[in-house]
Amino acid sequence: MSTDSQWKNPVIRWVDDRLPIFTYLDHEYQQFPMPKNLNYFWNFGALASIVLVVMVVTGIMLAMQYTPHVDYAFDSVERIMRDVNYGWLLRYIHMNGGSMFFIVVYIHIFRGLYYGSYKAPRELLWMLGVAILLLMMATAFLGYVLPWGQMSYWGATVITKMFSAIPFIGDWIVTLLWGGFSVDNATLNRFFSLHYLMPFVLFGLVGMHVVALHVTKSNNPDGVEMNGPQDSVPFHPYFTAKDAVGTGFFLIFFAYFVFFAPNFFGEADNYIEANPLQTPAHIVPEWYFLPFYAILRSVTVDFWFISAKLMGVILMFGATMILFVLPWLDTSKVRSARYRPIYKFVFWIFLADCVMLGWVGGQLPEGIPLIMGQVGTVYYFAHFVIVLPVLGWIEKPLPLPTSISEPVTGGGGGAAPGATAAKMEKP
Amino acid sequence: MRRAMITVAAALILGSAGQAQAAVEVPKQDWSFEGIFGTYDRASAQRGLQVYKEVCAGCHSLDQIYYRNLADIGYSTAAIKAFAAEEEVQDGPDSEGEMYMRPARPSDRFVRPFPNDNAARAGNNGAFPPDLSLMVEARVGGPNYLHALLTGYSDPPSGKTVMEGMSYNKYFPGNQIAMPPPLLDDAVEYSDGTKATVEQMSRDIVTFLAWTSEPNMEERKSMGVKVMLFLFVFTGLLVAVKRRVWADVH
Repeated sequence: MSTDSQWKNPVIRWVDDRLPIFTYLDHEYQQFPMPKNLNYFWNFGALASIVLVVMVVTGIMLAMQYTPHVDYAFDSVERIMRDVNYGWLLRYIHMNGGSMFFIVVYIHIFRGLYYGSYKAPRELLWMLGVAILLLMMATAFLGYVLPWGQMSYWGATVITKMFSAIPFIGDWIVTLLWGGFSVDNATLNRFFSLHYLMPFVLFGLVGMHVVALHVTKSNNPDGVEMNGPQDSVPFHPYFTAKDAVGTGFFLIFFAYFVFFAPNFFGEADNYIEANPLQTPAHIVPEWYFLPFYAILRSVTVDFWFISAKLMGVILMFGATMILFVLPWLDTSKVRSARYRPIYKFVFWIFLADCVMLGWVGGQLPEGIPLIMGQVGTVYYFAHFVIVLPVLGWIEKPLPLPTSISEPVTGGGGGAAPGATAAKMEKP
Repeated sequence: MRRAMITVAAALILGSAGQAQAAVEVPKQDWSFEGIFGTYDRASAQRGLQVYKEVCAGCHSLDQIYYRNLADIGYSTAAIKAFAAEEEVQDGPDSEGEMYMRPARPSDRFVRPFPNDNAARAGNNGAFPPDLSLMVEARVGGPNYLHALLTGYSDPPSGKTVMEGMSYNKYFPGNQIAMPPPLLDDAVEYSDGTKATVEQMSRDIVTFLAWTSEPNMEERKSMGVKVMLFLFVFTGLLVAVKRRVWADVH
């Protein structure tokens, strides 16, 4: 076996020679080079993986007490809230954790959009991220059904019925999803089963996302690649320390909602047990689906042979699917919006459009909100299929820095006069 | 630019969470259980229990609550036993295979006024009196809405009519409610000498129902204060460590 092993401890060396987990960890999480100019928006990937673990751990414990049956589900959740030791804590963490997950992931995605993290060579990294988003949405939707409140039931009914718009096989798909001819016990059972399964599939995708990241390395606010050791710092201790700070502030934010406003993100109607005979006045999905809900409901006329309903469904799924081809829609070679004056402006318009669609999604689809939703939907897609491709041609980017360390050391500010790259060669 | 980014992110997160609710503005009240140090006013909750038992319990169940839970709002074990024993529940089968009635025990759930939903409807002109356990959490506006509803009965304004057997209520969606005005001055006689006005009884029953909605709220908030204090200190340390580690990177 290798004699040049860096490990002195004989047990560690024995293991490492056969299964190099210590070398792997050292390489990927200790020595691993990170651009030294990352800002705090680069915390959100780590935060997302922390939330995933929190969700899985609390979810497994909740599943020990939860009963997936239409007659008992609602009461079993209330039993968790009242009689299970710290059940209220587990459930509030899990319930708010869903919202936290989307907050973190949406910031993570918009950071990628702003700094062009989806461009070559990070296309697969980005596409894996979009797959993660899709799976997260499915998981969140399934989980929201489990407490079997009014919004659970009617949300499940509305969303599953969407699939009936698909020609020929739509009704068959809906029956398959329901396990019968309405949202009922079979539906609840399969949703519970899938809600338990999906996070582990997510783990797999996240693993691939991280592997891809470790091949291409992180993008950075300047959007130019690292050129050598003067541009990078090792992951540990620099980014363990920086991610820890982000985690601390994130936990404060998370804990505030868990302990002082646990139902802030929820719907009052979901504290009423599901009643198939009584439709709530206003069925709304969770906040993180509202922009997509607005897109779904923005189509009011048929397009040739495509019904308005089907078109809404196509656009709603298309809104996420289009992210898969974003790396090829954006024709600009410059990554970061810092050096793209027009794109920087367009980015904020796009973000405002998404926020507006989110607001529209919470309103009844009529009058002014409907028109705003239609305009917002058109702009959403125009951003990807018109604005971004054209912008790459007409925009004149600002001069790019030759390397990461150039603007940092040369750009004035707090850098001491003698601070050079040589100082970086330390552990 | 960074500030704008943070502002927009916050708007994205917080702005879209608020849902539209088209109804009359519900007046905001002060409640003992609000705020990060809020607790349930025990005397008010106990009076609320009395209102529930003497007024609401004629029609409304309280399924999520066991008699033993009353210890939370300051009742002794003996008082709870006596309170429970005023009701009868069916138990069994006994060794002969027969069902039998016995006085309720602290380990029983609050006894329902009707044996089933259909009986409840039949006894209320076809309208189903909902379970009250989660009523505060299950309504937009929570305690403020319930208080407004309970004190919001009046004759219909001119030009408006209500159907036979319905009452006019300013705060109920659609303004027609099947529940007749539940509270009338001096409907109960409080043992602590508090004057039983509609306003007072409404505040008491809402406090009681806030407790039934979330009996663990006090534990949640007190743990929250400790968790927050810990996280503030811990995050402060993390910031210090990070600054130290990054001190020589420019």
